[in-house]
Amino acid sequence: MKLLQVNNLRTTFHIEAGQVQAVRGISFHVEKGESVGIVGESGSGKSVSMLSIMRLLPDNAKIEADRLLFDGIEIMDMDHKQMRRLHGNDIGMIFQDPMTSLNPLFTIGDQLMEPIRIHLKLSKAEAKKKAIEVLKMVEIPSPETRLNQYPHEFSGGMRQRVMIAIAISCNPKLLIADEPTTALDVTIQAQILDLMRDLKKKSNTSIVLITHDLGVVASMCSRIIVMYGGQIVEEGTTREVFYNPQHPYTWGLIRSMPKVSEGEKKKLIPIPGSPPDLLAPPQGCAFAARCEHAMKVCTKYSPAAISLSESHRAACWLMHPKAAKAEREVIGS
Amino acid sequence: MIHTARMKEREDGPFSPGAAADLPDDLFEKLDESDRQDNEEITRPSKSYWQDAWSRFRKDPLAMIGLCVIVVMAVAAIFGPIFSEYTYDGQNLENGNQPPSAEHWFGTDKFGRDIFVRTLYGARISLLIGFVAAAINMVIGIIYGGISGYFGGRVDMLLMRIVDIMIGVPDLLYIILVMMFLGNSIQSILIALCLTSWIGTARIVRSQVVTLKHQEYALAARSIGSSNLRILFKHLIPNSIGPIIVTVTFLVPSAIFSEAFLSFLGIGIQVPIASWGTLVNDAIPTLFTQPYQMLFPALAISVTMFALNFIGDGLRDALDPRLKK
Amino acid sequence: MTQTTENLIEVKHLKKYFDVKKGLFSRSDRQLKAVDDISFSIKKGETLGLVGESGCGKTTAGRTLLRLYEPTSGQILFHGKPLEKLTHKELLPYRKKMQMIFQDPYASLDPRMTVGEIIGDPLDVHRICKGKDRSDRIRELVELVGLKRDHINRYPHEFSGGQRQRIGIARALAVEPEFIVCDEPISALDVSIQAQVVNMLEDLQERFGLTYLFISHDLSMVRHISHKVGVMYLGSLVEIADAHELYTNMQHPYTKALLSAVPIPDPDLAEKSERIHLQGDVPSPLDPPPGCAFQTRCAYAVAACREVKPELKDMGNGHQVACHIVS
Repeated sequence: MKLLQVNNLRTTFHIEAGQVQAVRGISFHVEKGESVGIVGESGSGKSVSMLSIMRLLPDNAKIEADRLLFDGIEIMDMDHKQMRRLHGNDIGMIFQDPMTSLNPLFTIGDQLMEPIRIHLKLSKAEAKKKAIEVLKMVEIPSPETRLNQYPHEFSGGMRQRVMIAIAISCNPKLLIADEPTTALDVTIQAQILDLMRDLKKKSNTSIVLITHDLGVVASMCSRIIVMYGGQIVEEGTTREVFYNPQHPYTWGLIRSMPKVSEGEKKKLIPIPGSPPDLLAPPQGCAFAARCEHAMKVCTKYSPAAISLSESHRAACWLMHPKAAKAEREVIGS
Repeated sequence: MIHTARMKEREDGPFSPGAAADLPDDLFEKLDESDRQDNEEITRPSKSYWQDAWSRFRKDPLAMIGLCVIVVMAVAAIFGPIFSEYTYDGQNLENGNQPPSAEHWFGTDKFGRDIFVRTLYGARISLLIGFVAAAINMVIGIIYGGISGYFGGRVDMLLMRIVDIMIGVPDLLYIILVMMFLGNSIQSILIALCLTSWIGTARIVRSQVVTLKHQEYALAARSIGSSNLRILFKHLIPNSIGPIIVTVTFLVPSAIFSEAFLSFLGIGIQVPIASWGTLVNDAIPTLFTQPYQMLFPALAISVTMFALNFIGDGLRDALDPRLKK
Repeated sequence: MTQTTENLIEVKHLKKYFDVKKGLFSRSDRQLKAVDDISFSIKKGETLGLVGESGCGKTTAGRTLLRLYEPTSGQILFHGKPLEKLTHKELLPYRKKMQMIFQDPYASLDPRMTVGEIIGDPLDVHRICKGKDRSDRIRELVELVGLKRDHINRYPHEFSGGQRQRIGIARALAVEPEFIVCDEPISALDVSIQAQVVNMLEDLQERFGLTYLFISHDLSMVRHISHKVGVMYLGSLVEIADAHELYTNMQHPYTKALLSAVPIPDPDLAEKSERIHLQGDVPSPLDPPPGCAFQTRCAYAVAACREVKPELKDMGNGHQVACHIVS
C-alpha cells in the first residue's frame, strides 16, 4: 500500500538572478511501514523535494506536480486546515540542527505538549502523560523532571531525541528525517539511528531519511533513492544500489568513501568538479560534466529511467545497447 | 546489462527519450576532453557586495527619489548661485519684502536679498555640515568602537564606561558650551556636533566587531600572522561596513537638523551668511505678513530630512538584508 | 614520501584551561580543562590523526599548538625549538612555517575579499612578494588547488563548499609552510567532495613533504590519511598508535566503542557488525569525573578507574594506552 506517491514533482525558486530549478521532475513513492533513504549532495534537491511535499517552502518557490498523493489524498488540493493536520499529525519532521529547532524560551514539556494538545485534542493532564510516554520511548532518563527543563539544559544528542519525541508524539504515518545525525558525533549518531530503527519496528511508521552519507542509509533503509542535480538518477533496494549500482554517480559515491575493511592504503577516487548550478541546468545529463564515462549523447539529451527489476531503475545512457560497457567498481564481493 | 522495460518518465530533451533506439551511433562515442563542459565553471555572473547592494537599492522607489532630491539639491547648491545675478548678502532695500515672482522665485527679505539664492547658500552649508559631521563621526566611531570591541576585556570596559559618562550629560549642554568658547563658525559647529554623536556609531561598530572577531576568517588571519590592527581594519571593519553606513546615513539628517536648530536659536551660523536655520529665524518677525519667507527654507529642511531618511531606509534594506521584512 | 626519524613537532604535557567567569561577585572562577596534559610528536612528512567527539579538546589542542590560544602550561617544540614563550614578533617567522586549514569553508574565508585577495593576504603580511610576482604566485596557487585563473576575481560565496575549502588550502600554502593543522577540513563537505580534498592533501604532502595534524571526527577518513592516530576523550589522549595498529588492535574501551559506532557503507557488513552501545553523554569538561574521564560510561570500570587518572602506557611498538584495565 502506497503511503506517499509523487509524480513528476518540479520545484522552482524565483530569485533575483533568475529561476533555480531545484527539483526537476522526480517521481517516487513510499510504502507503508518502509524506510527510504534519499541520498545526494547539497544542492541535489533532496531536502527541497521533501519540503515541497510538505508545502513548507518560502513564497518564492513554485511547486508543480502531476500528482502528490498522501494516503490517497492529493496534497496540492488540501486547504489550510488539512495542511495543518498533515504537518503535525500525519507527517513528523526532524531537522538537521537540534540546536536551533527548539525554542529556547519554552520548556521541553511546553514544546512537546503543544502539538499533542492541538492534534490529539487531549486535556492538559492527558497530554502530560502522553509527553512522558514519548520521552520514555526516545529513551530520555527521568522524563518527569526533564519535562520542566529548557533546551539549553540538554546536550545535542538529547535535543535530537526531543525533536524525535515531538515528531512522533502524534503517531505520524510518515517520519521525514532531514540529515538528523549530521550535526552529531558518531557515538550519538549510532544511538539516534538505533532509536529510529526501534521506533519503526514498534510503530510501523514509514521513514524518509535524507542524508549525504551512504553509511547511514546502509543500515537504516530498505530502499535508496539517489538524487543528483534535482533529478533521481538511481533508485532501488539498498542491496541493489550498493551491490549492483548502475549510475556513474552512484559508483562515484561508493568509490569516494574509504573502505572499512581496507588493509593497505589505497587512493580514494573522488568525483571531480562541483555540482551543477541549477540556475542554468546543463543540457542533457546533469552529471555529464563530472562523469568519466560521458558520451556525446550525454551532453545533448537527458537519459530516460530504465528499469532493471521491479524495484531498481536508473537513468543513464550507459545502459543503452549502443553504449560501450563501462568498467565499474563494485563494493563487497 | 538487462533492459526489461523502458519507462518514459521525463521529457526535458528536444525529443522523447523513450525512442532512444533511433539515436545515431556516433552519439555514443566517448566525449572528447575538448567537448567536455568545464566542471568547475561558475555560470552566475560575479557580483560584488556593492553591486549586489546597489541592485537592491535601485529597486526601492522612495530611496531612489530621496537620492535624486539630494543630488539635485547638491548640484543646485554648488552651481546654482553662479548663474544668479544675486548674491546671498547683496542688499537692495528698495526691493524689500517682495512676494515670489519671476524675478525673485522665493521672494525677498526685508533687506531685499533674494531668498532663493540665500536658500541655495543655506543648502551648501547644511549639506556640508551634514556630510562632514557624518564622515568625522564615522571615522571616530570606527576607531573607538573597533578598538573597544576587538581588544575587549579591560580596554573595552574602560572605553565603554567613558562613553557611558559622556552620554549621561545632555548633548545640548556640550554644544552650547563649545559654541560659546569657540565662537560662531562652521568649524565650531562641526566640532560641537562631532563631540558626542559618534557614540552611536562606536557602539554599533563595537557590537559588530565583537560578533565578527570569533568568526573563523579572523582566526585564519591570525594564523597567517596578521597583526591585530590588520585583522581589525582589513577584515572586521569591512565586514561590518553595512550597518556602519546605515547608522552614519541617519547621522546626516540629524546633523543638518541640529545646525538648523542652533542657527535658529542664534548660536549657530553668523549673519550675513545664510543657513536654513538663520533664514527661518530671520522670518519670524514677518511670519504673518510674509509667510513665504519662512515657508521656503522650512520646506527645504523638511524635504531634505525626508529624502535623507528615505535614503537611509533604502540603504538599510540594501546593505543589511537581514533586517528586511 | 620523505620519512625521517626527526620529530618536526613535539608537544609535551600541553594544557589549555579556559577561565569561566561565574559572576561579578564570585571569586571562585571555574576552569574549563579543554586540553589536559597531552603529549605527542609528529615526524617530518607524516600525518598524525586526532580523533574524538565534539568537546574532547581536539580543536583546542590544534589551535594551542599554533599559539592561536595561549597554552596554560607545557611545551611546544618545532624543530626542537620551544614556541610557547615567544612574543608575537618572535613568532612571526614560525607563522610562516605552521599553517592551518579550517573546518567551515563558509566562515573561514572573508566574504568581502576576492579569492585573489584572500590568497594574497599571507603574501602581504609576510612581505613575500609584490606586483607581478605576487599575481603570478596567486595564479600558481589557484591552479595548484585545481581552480581556474578567472576564479581569482570572484567572491567566496560564488563557490561550492569543496571549492572554498580548496581556496583555504591555497591560502595556507601561500607561505610555503612545513606543517599544517587541518582542523576538521572535510566535515562540512559532501562525501564525494571529501575525497577530493583528502586526495589533494595527500598529493600536496607528497609534493612538498608537508607534515599534518589532521583533526577529525570521521574515523574512517582519519584512518585513510594518517600514519599515526591519537584518540582524545574529555581533554586527554586515551590511546595513540600507528594507524594500522590502532584500527586492528585497539585497546582502550572508548576507542572500541567509537570505532564500532562508525556507520558502515555496506549493507551486509553493517548487518553483521556488532555495536558497542555507550550509555549517556560525554560529561561536561567544566566538571569532569574523578579518576579516568571515561569511567562514567565505561562497561569495564573498576574501583581504581574512579580514583586514579590513568597515564599513557607503552604497550610496545609505540602503541600507548591510558587505561587501568589494559595491561
